[in-house]
Formats: sequence, structure tokens, C-alpha cells
Amino acid sequence: MASYSFLVIEDSPTMRQLIRFALNRIPGAAVIEASDGVDGLKKLSSNKVDLILTDINMPIMDGLKLVNLVRSNDSYKAIPIVIITTEGAQEARERAMALGADAYITKPIQSTSLLSTVKELLDL
Amino acid sequence: MSDSEKTDQEKKSGIFEKGEEFLEMFRKGQEFTHDLLRENERLRYRVAQLEENLKQKLEAPDSGPRDAGSEDAAGKIARYEKRLAELEARLKEMEAENVDFAQRYIDVEEQNNNLANLYVASYQLHSTLDYEDVLQIILEIIINLIGAETFAIYLLDEKTGILSPEAAEGISRDQIPSVKIGEGVIGSAAQSNQSYFNENPHQDLKKRFSDPLVCIPLTIKDDVIGVITLYKLLQQKERFAPVDFELFTLLAGHAATAIFSSRLFTESKRKLTTFQGFLDLLSQ
Repeated sequence: MASYSFLVIEDSPTMRQLIRFALNRIPGAAVIEASDGVDGLKKLSSNKVDLILTDINMPIMDGLKLVNLVRSNDSYKAIPIVIITTEGAQEARERAMALGADAYITKPIQSTSLLSTVKELLDL
Repeated sequence: MSDSEKTDQEKKSGIFEKGEEFLEMFRKGQEFTHDLLRENERLRYRVAQLEENLKQKLEAPDSGPRDAGSEDAAGKIARYEKRLAELEARLKEMEAENVDFAQRYIDVEEQNNNLANLYVASYQLHSTLDYEDVLQIILEIIINLIGAETFAIYLLDEKTGILSPEAAEGISRDQIPSVKIGEGVIGSAAQSNQSYFNENPHQDLKKRFSDPLVCIPLTIKDDVIGVITLYKLLQQKERFAPVDFELFTLLAGHAATAIFSSRLFTESKRKLTTFQGFLDLLSQ
């Protein structure tokens, strides 16, 4: 059975747990958690990651900076990135997509919507 | 008889012979024509008979004499038609079942999502005994699971009867006025221990501080220890979902016990540290 590794970068433990709950419904899913952008990049360098899910508003390094760094790195630039954020404004969405995000989901999330986005990006 | 008369006589006799021949041919032609007309009449009658037979067979397929082959074919057609009708009826049933299952799947997924939200909220609320962490978790639940942008957590001072903002999001705590229990929408919600939902909120955010979108009293049994007030939802959150009301109910009870127990624990810890320091002084 194919296994997938997800990196969840989110400062809220509540959201991390909720996203983990949703992702665990994918058979063979492994979830790695990080609490900010810098922590996320560390975990990215030490793990094989198939997809990144990140918040925007986080301490130390925000999600947009993280997207920018991931997309400018040859080793990681092909990894799909899903933004999960409270920012519902169209400009915020356009900015994230312009930086290289593959999908943009606003909070509060629906696990079905999150799962269908992830499955679509991974061709599951 | 002269030669010319002789020649005329011969010519006349030749004409008569030709006439006789022609007449004979005409009679034969007439007979042949009559034969043809009779044959034509006979064949037309036969065609009419055959057409009549065919018509009768087509009009009454189940009656009348048939040969074994046509009997067998007709039986097969009837059986196939019956089977086809059965299959069509079954297909309709299955399509209806399919629609029903799809709707049930959507319902189950929604319930699943709601249960996950409630479980995570409950788990997180009781995951720590640190007072500040508990307040932070309540804020996170309201932002991330309910989708509120501006809100506050009021706690009641039992001695003064004043509800004061203890934590807030989207606005500074200093900008939110304290409220006396029993006064205004927030004070009344706390006194009556009844949740308040405003269906026609003010457009002006400042006016919502005295008349919020939602007031949820935080209670332990029948004792109100505070109120959660929501002033504004996130841009993408148009209205409350059914799970939000479940979350309000959960917050009303679980957030209250989590706040109360963490506050007791923090105070006990502080007192323990003080006593420990005092004992250390005495033992020196």
C-alpha cells in the first residue's frame, strides 16, 4: 500500500490535531507536525514529505515566507502546498497562489473539503 | 377469261387467304389474352388470400396455428420482454437507492466532521492545567473551529458582581467595557444563564460591544463564572452552522470547568511555592 507523508505547519495545537484527524483517514498517511515556518523547514529537510499544509499567520516565520522558500529550493519546489488560513480576502488568496501555493482553504475547515483537495493534489 | 381478269382473280384469292390467316392469328391472340386475364385474376386472388392470412397472423399472434419455430421464437421474445421490464424496474430501484446512499454518505461525513471538531475541542480544553494555556485554547477553538474574528472572554468577579474581559481576539481588551451582572445584554445573559443570539446585529462594531452577536454563559452546574461574547465572524463565515451551536454548548460547560480548575491549580501551585519557600526559610 502506498504511504504518504504530510507536513502540517500550524501554530495552533487545536488545528494541528484537527488536520491530523482528517489526514489519518487516508490509508498509509503519516503526519509530521511543526509549529511555525522555521520548524517546518527543519522537519522538511529531515523527512520525506509528499505534501505541505501550512497556516499563514504564525510566529517566527509566516506561511507565505515558507511558501516562497520552498518554491525557490530545487529539492522541495515540486511538493504541493495547501494553505489553511483565517484570511478570507481575495487579495490574500491571490498572493498565496502567486507565490506558488497549490490550494487555499479558509478556516473553519471541513474535513471532507480538505481531504478532497489533498487527494486531488496527490492524484489519489 | 382474259389474262387481266385471271390476275385479278388470283389477287383476290391471295387476299382472302391472308385475311383468313390474319383472322386466325387474331382469334389465337384473343384466346391468349383471355388466358392471361384469367391467370392474372387467379394470381390476384391468391395474393389477396395470402395477405389476409398474414394479416390475421399478425393481428392475433397468440392464436391460430403456428409452426414450432415461430412458437419458440415468440416465447423467447415474451420472456426477454418480461426480463427487460424486471431489469428496468430494478435499475430504477437501484438509482433511487444510490441517491439515498449518496445523501446518507454526505450526512455521515458531516456528522464525522462535527464529532471531530467536538472531540478536538474537548480534548484540547482538558489537555492542560495552566490557566493561560486554557484561555489560549478557548481563543483557538473560537477562531479556528467556530470562525469568529472579534470576540472576548469575560470572567465574573463574585465579590463585586462585575464581568471583566479576561481575554480577547481581534480587539484590545482595554477597548471592551466591563459589565455589571444583570445589566445589558451580556449581564442579563450571565444572570439568567441563557445563551443570547442576535439575528440583527449592528453594522457598527463598537455598538456590538453592548449588543454582541452571541453571548454564551460559562457555567459549572448552575453557577455562572463568565461569558463568551462574539462580536464579528470571519469574512468567509456567513452564518452559524449546526455544529457551532454544539460547540457553544460544549464551551459553556467544558471551558468553564477548564478555566475554573486551571485557575485553582495555578493558585494552589503559587501557594505551594510560597509555603515551600517559607518552609525552606524555617529549616535553614
